[in-house]
Amino acid sequence: MTDLVWLVPFLPLVGGLTLMVFGARIGEPRTGWLATLMSASSFVLTVLVYFDLLGMPAEERSHVVSLFSWIPVGSLQIDFALLADPLSITMALFVTGIGSLIHLYSIGYMHGDPKFSKFFLYLNLFVFSMLALVLGENLVVTFLGWEGVGACSYFLISFWHTRESAAVAGKKAFVTNRIGDWGVMTAMFVAFSVVGSVSYKAINEAAQEGTISRSAVSAIAILLFVGACGKSAQLPLYFWLPDAMEGPTPVSALIHAATMVTAGVFLMTRVGPVLAESYGWVPDTVAVVGAATALFAATIAVAQHDIKRVLAYSTVSQLGFMFLAVGSGAYVAAMFHMVTHSFFKALLFLGSGSVIHGLHHEQDMRKMGALRAAMPVTALTFIIGWLAIAGVPPFAGFWSKDEILLYVYADNRLLYAIGMVTALLTAYYMTRQVILVFFGEARWHDASGEHGAHGDFRPHESPKVMLVPLVVLSVLSVVGGGMQLPFSKDLHFLGHWLEPVVEEAERSIKGTWADENKYVLLGVAVVVALAGIALSVAAYAKRRLPAVEPTVLENAWFYDATVARLVGGPGAASFRGVTTFDARVVDGAVNGAGAVARGLGGVVRRSQTGFVRAYAVFIALGAVVLLAWFVWRGWLA
Amino acid sequence: MPEPTTLSYLVVAALLFVVGAFGVMVRRNPLVMFMCIELMLNAVNLSFVALAGELTDIDGQSLVFFVLVVAAAEVVVGLGLIVAIMRNRSSLTADDLAELKG
Repeated sequence: MTDLVWLVPFLPLVGGLTLMVFGARIGEPRTGWLATLMSASSFVLTVLVYFDLLGMPAEERSHVVSLFSWIPVGSLQIDFALLADPLSITMALFVTGIGSLIHLYSIGYMHGDPKFSKFFLYLNLFVFSMLALVLGENLVVTFLGWEGVGACSYFLISFWHTRESAAVAGKKAFVTNRIGDWGVMTAMFVAFSVVGSVSYKAINEAAQEGTISRSAVSAIAILLFVGACGKSAQLPLYFWLPDAMEGPTPVSALIHAATMVTAGVFLMTRVGPVLAESYGWVPDTVAVVGAATALFAATIAVAQHDIKRVLAYSTVSQLGFMFLAVGSGAYVAAMFHMVTHSFFKALLFLGSGSVIHGLHHEQDMRKMGALRAAMPVTALTFIIGWLAIAGVPPFAGFWSKDEILLYVYADNRLLYAIGMVTALLTAYYMTRQVILVFFGEARWHDASGEHGAHGDFRPHESPKVMLVPLVVLSVLSVVGGGMQLPFSKDLHFLGHWLEPVVEEAERSIKGTWADENKYVLLGVAVVVALAGIALSVAAYAKRRLPAVEPTVLENAWFYDATVARLVGGPGAASFRGVTTFDARVVDGAVNGAGAVARGLGGVVRRSQTGFVRAYAVFIALGAVVLLAWFVWRGWLA
Repeated sequence: MPEPTTLSYLVVAALLFVVGAFGVMVRRNPLVMFMCIELMLNAVNLSFVALAGELTDIDGQSLVFFVLVVAAAEVVVGLGLIVAIMRNRSSLTADDLAELKG
């Protein structure tokens, strides 16, 4: 069964290619169902592979399926190989699982769109790319998927490309990702030059056995982290993700939950041993960047008005948590949070999509309110997602966030404090969102006048095809924490499952103060989450406190504007300088060589008269000259 | 009549070669030019055979066979080309075919 793991990415690829060729002929609802079927079959296959691996002894759960020799050049031998091990299968499970739910949801959400089948084509390719990324046995296969998700995100973010902002957002995502890609590529080059291979196994083993220098190990780790920063939207490259909201909402869900942004965390987990063997400042950098991003994005989310932008900044913030975990050596916790986050973030995004759908594409939370009566299922599932992300027990997010904070406490108290403040802010802004959207007074009556054409403007609940994924995801958000409960070693299901992959790098906190007093930390986390909720309720529901929404936060600390100004001013000027240099000096040399050759040719071409007899004369004269020379030489000798 | 020496063979060969070379340079009829080239080839053949006898070396004689084979092949291609061109044009001299001039 495990040998068939190649079918997992192959099926969505076939789906995508089929839609590319026959999409227009198959027609609206069926293209969606076809794409969903492909993604779902791939999920079923992944589940089968999972059980297959589960049946093997723990240390044998690593299966390489080499499809063909991809790049055989001298000592560079790269196979197109897939690796089925606990880490990649965990990723593949939620990529295909949540991906399928999002496909299903999109059938309802994209109903009536003129580019319906094209949307599903991109969705399938997106899932394929992500699966190639996580299942890749070496950096190059992963990089193929890495670029694939970059390209697909570009197509999908600017899906409604007639809207200027969508086209710009797509470009922004693509270009920002390219900066990260530079890191991954350079890391590949370094790995090949020092290790002689780009397979994860070879790199990780070389790092552990010390056959390569510590500086090289650190260089690989930090360069891969640059790539991870780009793909997973960490400081300083985070700013493409909030703009990615321009895409249709299912795309946001796909990018934020199942595919794309988790790639960076996955990559760092995959090369965990490399990170562990680096100089100490490398994991510290990862942890600090993660913590800084978590706090930074959480403060911005507090003052956003767009329902999807709040969630976008929240994703950036939660990804920061995952990097904080990776930097603290808590790989299991990072993966745990990634999985639970993908449950509740997909739920929240699809829920917000349902709200937007019901309100005829209104995204401003100031024009919502009291929607729980009009959209009961959406409201209920969204509230479950809210409780999960806010860290209220026993919902999924509480357990994973707590596990991360436990490890961070053992590693660094200051980062723990930052994590706690972030947790407080998370609970605060998510509560604010729920109150603004589903409670309070209905402010959407005001919008009815602006809509005009709709006349009778009333929010409505979404169709069943959109509600089923919401319900499934909300169930997962409730029980997801069961994967890894802190009470006993026997309840660390995810930890045991991932152990063969992460044991080399995983940090042990056994015997530390944090481990022995984990229930105290658990209690603190609950208090912090409830405090955040209480503050928000006081400010937005009871109106006892003023709502704090300063402009500086609404504009994301003006970070985006500063970057835009820097890149637009001095940045653009220096790029123009490079262009001029290229046009004048580099092209000048090339064109100059060409001009010289042309000039010479223009002179010499006259000798080609086209008369056969003239050529004969030339040959005869040549022969005479040669003969004369030989004779003269013979005479001299 | 004295017995012909190697030198007399070489003189004949040189004469034949010069006749051929001048023919190629001054005549404009492609068929005649063609025959002149054959003349030059056979002049070389003659000198090969004469010198092979002189030096009692079989190499010179065997090389002649190669020249003959190549000349035969060349005649096939060359005549084919001339016939093909003749079909498309009413009259033909070698100077009319100047399309490839620089």
